[in-house]
Amino acid sequence: MAAAGTGQVQIVVQNMSMAYGDFVIQKDLNFEIRRGDIFVIMGGSGCGKSTLLRQLIGLKPPVQGDVFYDGASFWQGSDADRDLMKRHFGVLFQAGALWSSMTLAENIGLPLRQYTRLGEAEIRAVAAYKLALVGLSGFEDYYPDEISGGMKKRAGLARAMAMDPDILFFDEPSAGLDPLSARLLDELIVELRDTLQTTIVMVTHELASIMAIGTNSVFLDTETKTQLATGNPRELRDHCPDQRVREFLWRGVEPASLTGA
Amino acid sequence: MPEPASTTNASIHCERRGSGVLLIRLGGDWLLAATRPATVALLTELAGPEAPARIEFDTQTLGRWDTGLMVFLSAVRRVAESRSAALDTTGLPEGAQKLLDLAFAVPERAGARRSRSADSLVVRVGKATLQTLDHARELLAFLGRLTQSFGRLLRGQAVFDRADLMTFFYQAGAQALGIVSLISFLIGVIFAFVGAYQMEQFGAGIYVANLVAVAMVREMAAIMTGIIMAGRTGAAFAAQLGTMKVNEETDALRALGLNPMDFLVLPRAIALIVMMPLLTLYADLLGIAGGMVAALAMLDISFVQYLEQSFGAVQLHDLFGGLFKSLVYGTLVTVAGCQQGMACGNSARAVGDATTGAVVMGILLIVISASVLTVIYTVLNI
Repeated sequence: MAAAGTGQVQIVVQNMSMAYGDFVIQKDLNFEIRRGDIFVIMGGSGCGKSTLLRQLIGLKPPVQGDVFYDGASFWQGSDADRDLMKRHFGVLFQAGALWSSMTLAENIGLPLRQYTRLGEAEIRAVAAYKLALVGLSGFEDYYPDEISGGMKKRAGLARAMAMDPDILFFDEPSAGLDPLSARLLDELIVELRDTLQTTIVMVTHELASIMAIGTNSVFLDTETKTQLATGNPRELRDHCPDQRVREFLWRGVEPASLTGA
Repeated sequence: MPEPASTTNASIHCERRGSGVLLIRLGGDWLLAATRPATVALLTELAGPEAPARIEFDTQTLGRWDTGLMVFLSAVRRVAESRSAALDTTGLPEGAQKLLDLAFAVPERAGARRSRSADSLVVRVGKATLQTLDHARELLAFLGRLTQSFGRLLRGQAVFDRADLMTFFYQAGAQALGIVSLISFLIGVIFAFVGAYQMEQFGAGIYVANLVAVAMVREMAAIMTGIIMAGRTGAAFAAQLGTMKVNEETDALRALGLNPMDFLVLPRAIALIVMMPLLTLYADLLGIAGGMVAALAMLDISFVQYLEQSFGAVQLHDLFGGLFKSLVYGTLVTVAGCQQGMACGNSARAVGDATTGAVVMGILLIVISASVLTVIYTVLNI
């Protein structure tokens, strides 16, 4: 069900390095993401996956290197240019990050109100539709603290999709979800990609999900502080020359048929 | 943990055998909740000059055991490893062997252990001083960013939610009326009380009205309102913004291309800075009313006399001087509260620290600027 991204190259990460103060987390990252990819940023805990995501969406400047969206530099430009580019992004944060002083409908309506000329009634209709897409019909007037963690996550997705973004970024989409909800979310992600041609970039180490829907990936390593491999996660699992990558993707237990090869 | 119902006392006996072998016999129940024999002497001996080359265990009389035993065994193993003595664990129960191996399976990460030694007094004073300087710099930078934000507001480029602004007007205005009324009224009463007692001795009782009116209008109303707002609204701002930071709500705004400075801080700043002079004006009147109640009760003055005296004492520049001060205090309370909130770390403790910081910093800034402004007013003869 997960065909490789067929479109042209959309996102290029070039020589990117990230650090907190003097402490380097990752260096020399180079990879490409194609339109329609479901791109997975993976690696062990604390390897800098989330930090990489923050640099891709403009929350943290890289210490070195840059990322290009459709050929345009993201970090060289002015803040205003960057803000314009950000309008094509949708971001789902780990715990949803819904604005707690607003109802779900208002959460989804905020970007629409800021960046479109839609009237209140239309905004309300869009919010209801987006909530229905993630299975939250009827929850328009609930506040985030009145719904469960999984629902917050889905509402966060509805908000991320509010502006019909070109690229959707996910930070640990299946964390904190039960297996069934996690699978439903996977299916929803594929559906979004197929119907809206949305490019998906997600940080996760949920193997089931990576194998089921990932079409391309980059593997970050904590020890060497750089990327070990990039490519389709299923191919990496079976054919990656680097044993560390295979071990990770097999949960540490490689089948004998492969290790012997 | 409750003491287990029936325990046999834990015991330990050490036996030196030939060729440097030490046999440790463990008996009884080695439970965390029960009394266990002291093992410090043994561990010191193991690390000392007469350390054995090999340690063995005999646990034939060992009863029940739990972490109480494992802590001791871990200590023995650590000492044995540091002295490179052989540790023969075959005499231990199978479960204990496995647990011991598990505890040592992952070697300590190099550099992970923190030194627990405290810095010397000089170092700590130095660090604290540098921190204070950093802090002052951050506050100034924040004031700068807030000014830029007001600039965008004037050019109509600042994006925030109008409904939010109304909420903050309500929170920083109407909701504060009760406490501002009470405090300023009582301050008026106290001033009149003290003043009346002193001035009556000179037959100048009527000047209590001047004292109360001038003190309230020029200084006290603004200061007291400022301190109240630092405690209730500045703290609330810090807690709200800090929690939003922890919750990634601030990041969600930035990811959308919205400036948190405009969206979150600006409406709070507008609300507080607009409300402060209004509250202060209100506190002026309540303070004078408080003074009047006390003065009428203690002195032989009429209501009209007191009122005339009060309004005669206060001139327009006193009033505007006081209101200007309140504007300054309002800005400072906003800056202290919002800066602490926006710079908050990612934990519950950080939110608590930010809230405390907002109140302490707010009051400190008010008192410092009050002194400075009073000197400036005196020099300018206002």
